[in-house]
Amino acid sequence: MTVITTTKDAATLTLTLVAEFDADPDQVWEVWEDPRKLERWWGPPTYPATFTRHDFVLGGESRYFMTGPANQTPRGWWRIDGIDKPHRLEFANGLAGDDGEPAPGVQPMAGYVTFEAIDGGTRMTAITRFVDVGQMETMLGMGMHEGMTQAISQIDALLAPAPLELEVSR
Amino acid sequence: MVVHSVRGDEADRIFQALADPTRRDILARAIQQEQSVSALAGHYAMSFAAVQKHVAVLERAALISKHRRGREQIVRGNASTLRVAAGLLETYEQLWIERAHQIADVLAGEKGDTT
Repeated sequence: MTVITTTKDAATLTLTLVAEFDADPDQVWEVWEDPRKLERWWGPPTYPATFTRHDFVLGGESRYFMTGPANQTPRGWWRIDGIDKPHRLEFANGLAGDDGEPAPGVQPMAGYVTFEAIDGGTRMTAITRFVDVGQMETMLGMGMHEGMTQAISQIDALLAPAPLELEVSR
Repeated sequence: MVVHSVRGDEADRIFQALADPTRRDILARAIQQEQSVSALAGHYAMSFAAVQKHVAVLERAALISKHRRGREQIVRGNASTLRVAAGLLETYEQLWIERAHQIADVLAGEKGDTT
């Protein structure tokens, strides 16, 4: 069974996801390294991703596009800033222009991922750090905004019993 | 394409306002129940003026609103602003939860599950 926990820190614009998978670290690493596997999970279900380049080495870059329900194709890129198979991955993830190349003036988000062997599986911790709110909004423009309505209704629940829950994590 | 109702600079003010633990606490109290600045100040080991400053930061970010009642300044939390701010992180959270489920599906497929 996959166990997933998340932590949001509004003060540092950081999102942390911890997931435990019934597979060893090499197998979990593979879903990041193999572009055909990566594109089966990187995009939201309504926006499947296609990686046209994936140089999974230090300093290597990736290019991808996603295909939305109305055939819109938002584009993005990665740059590998740290890599230690199958333990640790650091990458920048940014928005690309129509030519597929990094869009000028839009800073990438930073991703830090670790893979730990645990009894019978792997614990993957994926931390996403944003530079500022403008960047969060721009990246959301890549076709991920459908979740917004749903997300806002969930915050109602979060606010109702104890507003202090907003200051999760340190 | 930006789909919600705050501009980037407004949202930046919101997150800056939320970055301070005292302000988060003031906000939490004001959302639970509107109250005067002096009542709020009674909760903290700092001067009335310092609490007023925190209240002003929250007000600029539209996280609270202030109105006068007699000689008192009454502070009320504005939950809708908070929702929009938290909504940005929530959206990315949903995306990553979806990704983790999809990774589990990819891994399950490798094990020869026929489901």
